[in-house]
Amino acid sequence: MLLIECPWCGPLAETEFSYGGEAGITRPLDPDALSDAEWADYLFYRANPRGAHRELWNHAHGCRRWFGVERDTVSYRITGSFKLDLAEPRSGGNTEQGD
Amino acid sequence: MKKYSAYSLLRNALSHNRNWRTAWRSPEPKKSYDAIVVGGGGHGLATAYYLAKNHGMRNVAVLEKGWIGGGNTGRNTTIVRSNYLWTEAALLYEKSMQLWEGLSQDLNYNVMFSQRGVYNLGHSLQDMRDIERRVNANRLNGIDAEVVGTAELAKAIPCLNVSSDSRYPVLGASLQRRGGVARHDAVAWGFARAADALGVDIVEQCAVTDIDVRGGKAVGVQTTRGPIASDRIGVVVAGHAGVLAKMAGLRLPIESHPLQAFVSEPIRPVLDTVVMSGAVHGYISQSDKGELVIGAGIDAYNGYGQRGSFPVIEHALQAIVELFPVFSRVRMLRLWGGIVDVAPDACPILSKTPVEGLYFNCGWGTGGFKATPGSGWVFAHTMAHDEAHQLNAPFSLERFATGALVDEHGAAAVAH
Repeated sequence: MLLIECPWCGPLAETEFSYGGEAGITRPLDPDALSDAEWADYLFYRANPRGAHRELWNHAHGCRRWFGVERDTVSYRITGSFKLDLAEPRSGGNTEQGD
Repeated sequence: MKKYSAYSLLRNALSHNRNWRTAWRSPEPKKSYDAIVVGGGGHGLATAYYLAKNHGMRNVAVLEKGWIGGGNTGRNTTIVRSNYLWTEAALLYEKSMQLWEGLSQDLNYNVMFSQRGVYNLGHSLQDMRDIERRVNANRLNGIDAEVVGTAELAKAIPCLNVSSDSRYPVLGASLQRRGGVARHDAVAWGFARAADALGVDIVEQCAVTDIDVRGGKAVGVQTTRGPIASDRIGVVVAGHAGVLAKMAGLRLPIESHPLQAFVSEPIRPVLDTVVMSGAVHGYISQSDKGELVIGAGIDAYNGYGQRGSFPVIEHALQAIVELFPVFSRVRMLRLWGGIVDVAPDACPILSKTPVEGLYFNCGWGTGGFKATPGSGWVFAHTMAHDEAHQLNAPFSLERFATGALVDEHGAAAVAH
């Protein structure tokens, strides 16, 4: 079982959380301007790395807030949690998450 | 290849079983091949077998980083069925079902295909409506399917709790009588042996570390046993599809997840069919050795480790024990995880790619085993003709941009 640290509530069992997939994907501001391929990229294409992964979790059975977790997808070791900075400009779905 | 038969059994018994030959060679990889299949699981071996058998391509190598059948082929719950909702998916899986029905004879290897029936339980009125819709869709596609009620279920599966006060009340089920199980290891070994007999080189302990692309064309692979040239490369590596795609500068709409399964200690025959419940994420059958073979749902997070979290196991076993109270004191013997490659529409990708001569067969998610022969059949066609077979044409990479998804999420008799 994963021990996930909620930035607000502290480290708690995985069963309190729900998974939200890769972090850092923002909905394109002007979807009409995208080609079908770009829209598909936003909807369906994820980095799915073997190794370090920045991902979203929701403290569903707690404070119900979303936050980010850095986790290794092979060892499943969690190296840190972070609050989401909504003001920070982020990439669309079109680039791999390597930051 | 020495043919297996009752006579060969007898002859080898008389010589104290000292003269059996290895089922396939262990050749050194050649410098180049007409086609390379990356991944020596069931799908990859089936692809190589049908390349040789149907398309006359015998200068073919299967490159496997570990050993034959050591990945998901040896890690599934061996269920075979073809009761998918949408026509595109149903026809693909039905092709596979038809191949299963003659596979042991075709391969001269007993894959122990047992058509003991597959029940998909319904637990709510909506489940039952979905089941009726799916059964009707299956029958329109010429696939055997029927709706059964609780009385018939209670008769067919005496240990199933169909009482109305159970936590997951059973209201009925769909039944595919032609569905069942096969021995997963035997499927890998049978395809390996038959492909080898047709001249295919099966190279184990040979991991592909890079894919060489020149001028938009695939020209070969770098491996831990040296470079191998080929202008036709089929990648069939399940959970690691995204890793291989990256080597060729491609991306796939695939996410890898752990999927867990477990077997109990062997017990006396008690369950002579396959019972699946999508709503409660548990499925169960009994192996010929007497073990209960139980599958869970996927772990929600991305993962490449061949293991998952305990709550998922607990969830699946709670459901199984609730459905089969008689199993409450059965002890679990082994537990394992595989890495499944889940596509957004829970359907496979059997496709050409923007790189000429590079083909991907992935995205089977939680249900690839049943498709092993059919997947190999259509993927071999795709590689040999550089064009999709009519059965896998709907499963191209382009569908994610065109929007022509084959949405089997929740429709394919199990929840994904």
